[in-house]
Amino acid sequence: MKLSVDGLLVYFPYEYIYPEQYAYMLELKRSLDAKGHCLLEMPSGTGKTATLLSLIVAYMVEHPETVRKLIYCSRTVPEIEKVIAELQNLMVYYERHCPNPPPLTGLVLSSRKNMCIHPEVSKEREGKAVDGKCYGLTASYIRERHEMDTETPICQYFEGFSLEGKESTLPVGVYSIDDLKEYGRARNWCPYFLARYAIAHAHIVVYSYHYLLDPKIAQVVSKEMSRESCVVFDEAHNIDNVCIDSMSVKINRRTVERSTNALNQLTKLVQDIREEDTNRLNEEYQRMVQGLKDASVQRDTDMILANPVLPNDVLTEVVPGNIRNADHFLSFLRRFIEYIKTRLRVHHVVQESPAGFLKDISSKICIERKPLRFCAERLSSLLRTLEISDMTEYGALTLITHFATLVSTYTKGFTIIIEPFDDKTPTVSNPILHFSCLDSSIAMAPVFSRFQTVVITSGTLSPMDMYPKILDFDPVVMSSFTMTLARPCLLPMIVSKGNDQVTISSKFETREDTAVIRNYGQLLVEVAKTVPDGIVCFFTSYLYLESVVASWYDQGIVDTLLRYKLLFIETQDNAETSYALMNYVKACDCGRGAVLLAVARGKVSEGVDFDHHYGRAVLMFGIPYVYTQSRILKARLDYLRDQFQIRENDFLTFDAMRHAAQCVGRALRGKTDYGIMIFADKRFSRHDKRSRLPKWIQEHLVDSFCNLSTEEAVQLARRWLRRMAQPFTREDQLGISLLTLAQLENMEQEKLERQAQGKQGVGGEVQEL
Amino acid sequence: MTTSSEDVLLQMGEVRYKKGDGTLYVMNERVAWMAEHRDTVTVSHRYADIKTQKISPEGKPKVQLQVVLHDGNTSTFHFVNRQGQPAMLADRDKVKELLQQLLPNFKRKVDKDLEDKNRILVENPNLLQLYKDLVITKVLTSDEFWATHAKDHALKKMGKTQEIGVSGAFLADIKPQTDGCNGLKYNLTSDVIHCIFKTYPAVKRKHFENVPAKMPESEFWTKFFQSHYFHRDRLTAGTKDIFTECGKIDDQALKAAVQQGAGDPLLDLKKFEDVPLEEGFGSVAGDRNVVNSGNIVHQNMIKRFNQHSIMVLKTCTNVTSAPSTMTNGTNNANGPVSQSAYTNGLNGKATASATKTSADQVDKDEPQSKKQRLMEKIHYEDLGDPHMEGDDDVAHGDKGNKAQQFELSKVERYLNGPVQNSMYDNHNDSMSLEEVQYKLVRNSESWLNRNVQRTFICSKAAVNALGELSPGGSMMRGFQEQSAGQLVPSDFQRELRHLYLSLSELLKHFWSCFPPTSEELEAKLQRMHETLQRFKMAKLVPFENRAMHELSPLRSSLTQHMNQLLRTANGKFATWKERKLRNAR
Repeated sequence: MKLSVDGLLVYFPYEYIYPEQYAYMLELKRSLDAKGHCLLEMPSGTGKTATLLSLIVAYMVEHPETVRKLIYCSRTVPEIEKVIAELQNLMVYYERHCPNPPPLTGLVLSSRKNMCIHPEVSKEREGKAVDGKCYGLTASYIRERHEMDTETPICQYFEGFSLEGKESTLPVGVYSIDDLKEYGRARNWCPYFLARYAIAHAHIVVYSYHYLLDPKIAQVVSKEMSRESCVVFDEAHNIDNVCIDSMSVKINRRTVERSTNALNQLTKLVQDIREEDTNRLNEEYQRMVQGLKDASVQRDTDMILANPVLPNDVLTEVVPGNIRNADHFLSFLRRFIEYIKTRLRVHHVVQESPAGFLKDISSKICIERKPLRFCAERLSSLLRTLEISDMTEYGALTLITHFATLVSTYTKGFTIIIEPFDDKTPTVSNPILHFSCLDSSIAMAPVFSRFQTVVITSGTLSPMDMYPKILDFDPVVMSSFTMTLARPCLLPMIVSKGNDQVTISSKFETREDTAVIRNYGQLLVEVAKTVPDGIVCFFTSYLYLESVVASWYDQGIVDTLLRYKLLFIETQDNAETSYALMNYVKACDCGRGAVLLAVARGKVSEGVDFDHHYGRAVLMFGIPYVYTQSRILKARLDYLRDQFQIRENDFLTFDAMRHAAQCVGRALRGKTDYGIMIFADKRFSRHDKRSRLPKWIQEHLVDSFCNLSTEEAVQLARRWLRRMAQPFTREDQLGISLLTLAQLENMEQEKLERQAQGKQGVGGEVQEL
Repeated sequence: MTTSSEDVLLQMGEVRYKKGDGTLYVMNERVAWMAEHRDTVTVSHRYADIKTQKISPEGKPKVQLQVVLHDGNTSTFHFVNRQGQPAMLADRDKVKELLQQLLPNFKRKVDKDLEDKNRILVENPNLLQLYKDLVITKVLTSDEFWATHAKDHALKKMGKTQEIGVSGAFLADIKPQTDGCNGLKYNLTSDVIHCIFKTYPAVKRKHFENVPAKMPESEFWTKFFQSHYFHRDRLTAGTKDIFTECGKIDDQALKAAVQQGAGDPLLDLKKFEDVPLEEGFGSVAGDRNVVNSGNIVHQNMIKRFNQHSIMVLKTCTNVTSAPSTMTNGTNNANGPVSQSAYTNGLNGKATASATKTSADQVDKDEPQSKKQRLMEKIHYEDLGDPHMEGDDDVAHGDKGNKAQQFELSKVERYLNGPVQNSMYDNHNDSMSLEEVQYKLVRNSESWLNRNVQRTFICSKAAVNALGELSPGGSMMRGFQEQSAGQLVPSDFQRELRHLYLSLSELLKHFWSCFPPTSEELEAKLQRMHETLQRFKMAKLVPFENRAMHELSPLRSSLTQHMNQLLRTANGKFATWKERKLRNAR
């Protein structure tokens, strides 16, 4: 339908529209108009992506000067592909119904692993290996070498691309990964570099968070993006963690060993080259003296990782004298690694600030802060000079130099924690040095300042006031939408006690209590008896899952459960879990029904949808608090308290509840879908927990559902399921949760009238800052 | 009444029937009871009429045997051996066992068969018509009909019998019970054994290898229950355990399957991440380090649960995929896992290449199926079809989804089939190459002539051509059929349709015999030829006659095509016969 959103003509590629989609568009438009950032929560399964895309594209068509580009970031590869598919839908719609369809180009960028079409390189399974091999075939000096000596293997696709592809622009259209691959194959062009080039002038770019948030990747990939862009972070409930992760480094003994090896190798190489061709090293030295870091036009292929610090913090000075010479730099590194090695030889946990670390390093081995800051760049320059073809060996060394650069650049918002052993296995020495970012706003800040509109959206962002605090930004619009429903298609319940009236909770004191575990088991069995098809259960941690399953086996609960449904369990092995998951889906498809036990914060809870019969009920066993004894977490909590005045408990609850909401939200993927959400923990019924659930869940969680026993919950579920099983047609929804264009216009009219009378608007409650 | 030809297999005295003493005779085809001092048989049941036999439970004072008939009637025989209960029991058991052997042979075999056939015919009206046309008119015998023409249907019928599924909890059903004196008792029924075999093909194989050659059945199962293989918390089974290997095979199969990947891109967790970073950077979850935390026993158990569910699931998915996997030999009922596991050792190369090709296949299909999956995922059914507003063109996105539009350049040709010109009968392979060549040369000569002389077609030929091209002419046959709809009365049409149906069925089998490579095929060919002749005499000719009478204007044109088909078949048969004779000489 073609609708007018506050005067903007929006092509929406569907016949009908949800009221909340319209409300969402209104809010989004306001923030685009204001050129500011916004934070929007809309329930999963209400067509968020389609809404976002159609509005922003319409805006770009209408105001090409204000918004030139849309950068859409999502979390997982399937999500990214879904976005592209929606975009393709939209563009087809434009073609059909718009008198002169806009010439927009949209494409996806993914890692080489997903995009490579080289017959050998693409066989590699690990992304790292693909990158390394690709580098070995496409680096500029390799190609130069190839010109001298045709024996040197190069990548035909890249050659094809660099011969013809760089000048040409991608024809107008929307390209998914597969489309790009096909396009590349047809022309003998490398799809990856094609995409890398094309994103500079494409109108819509879809890629993963890291390509924008992680400075070491963003510098390579997303350097040339205009300010007039709208950046969307979809599924952004975890964005703070992504930010933190992108600035953190972990060093264990293996890293040190491998980097030592790499260092030895480098030393040997330098020696060899000195004998052969001193010029090269001299040239490099001269370049550094003159500070001409970018004098040699760095080819795109030569950069795998850029400087790990944010662009504003990169020093533009000349590389200090003591690491200009290759030998000097290598011995400098050697000293640094030795130092780390000694630091790893601890018997108790050490926590210090970067400043303390720098002081210690300068007093012990006389390494100054300044040369450390250049470490990462100096190493990449050296690797280029030495013309290394296999980069995979130097990964660990790169990591160490990145650590050096980071630790010497940032003194605030970071911490260093050295743990001599894992807490669970105190006898096994396994020292790890965590260099951990505590402040998610550090990585996010350049994004906010660089682009005029950043949209942070997800199905579960409650409580929303937390995000502006921890990401340190001022949204112009911040709102949460509910889901208008023609029938109560979700049934959230808090089960607080078993049939024997024993309180159930995953509280630390009672979590190993057999009575609690048995009650959890009985709850699951009862639900399995009642609910058809798929049931998904989430546990608070993997360890808890393991121990509960073991007790269930001993108590015979597993056997009873197997009488009703098959049982699949998430493991820590991704491949194995994927296979179990596939079988779970198969079991649901063939009508046998199955139970999946998974872990909150796990891969399953983040990336897999259990729509329709794949998840008719979700059980959340306990509140998924993060492991609170973790020192990194503690450091972060302290930091949040000191810097942002966020109380520890608030943050922990916020974090736990967003994960819980994320888990249960997996089951509901649309208005025709229906699912039961059971929160099995007494503590959920407390106000501080309940009020932090997303509004669309809270609305259906009436007081009488908040303190149920197993039996009561099952009774309710039974009645509700019977109701849900009735046929549900579009006519039932129309006018309530689904609008035609005419209805929408009517509603608009009414709303205007009501606003004129000074009342609150309908459709999505709006809070504004 | 007792016919002497019936052998009495067992004669049991002292059996009471309706309070009268007498003797029970178990004979070849029936069971009979004769009262004492009488010549006539009071009770006589043919085995075919007997549904089941029942016996009185153990410990009851009366030792009885009851036969239940299909019509619901029963006859109860009371064993009253004077030597006491044990003797009575012995008598009864003797009868029971004999009946047990005999009854299955008669178990409504015929009836069931007929019933099945009847059902098939009722369910397939076409087949019924065929049956009427071919069998009732004696063109074919009934057996022949069922053996050749209705084979597919019969087979399908057989395949439809539903297999009993495997309960997820079948292992729980054999939960041991303590028998009070330090022992365990397992309830093992044939159903459970069946389930175990189906779910764990490796165990079936072990059973096949060991029982009864190396150990008796009971010992095998005792070992099974003692084995770590049976218990979920198995960690490492001892080497002496015969099931160690089973566990290994299962593990390997699982590993191979896991390696293959999830297939569905939306479920493959490995492919979710899009970070090309070294381990150690914060964004990379270093899951390799996490694995060794926690309890290994528990982790193993979880693995077992997954494995168990996967294998149970496999048993029910096997049913559908069975025909394709059956061919692979070693053990039929086992399905993909076991096969890949077993054949690995035998012909690893073959399976490897097989999986490789299938992987290639997957690679090719992937984008398409992935796209389809994505489309499914982003589709909101209540929002309406994305592009359906106003026009109903095939959507760009799911082009592959929609059925291809069937486009015909010449509709008549499709509706009428290729109209064969009888002048150039290319089926006639007796025409030798030279002959063709000769004809061609002669024709081309005439072309040349015409060129030179530049004469027009002579008037006679022109009139002929006109005739051919006007309605009724051979070139216009395509159009004639359309009017035939009005000309031919509906009962003729129906009959004609039936004739076509029967004929094409027969011809299908006739032609399927070519080339007749084996004697069997030759015999069949001969038979089919005869059948065709019979068909012609019994069905076609009467129809033609009738048509001649009632529909004079159309007359032979109705059956022309059928006749031609028959002629072609005959010609082919004759050629073959001739050639065969020549070869025989």
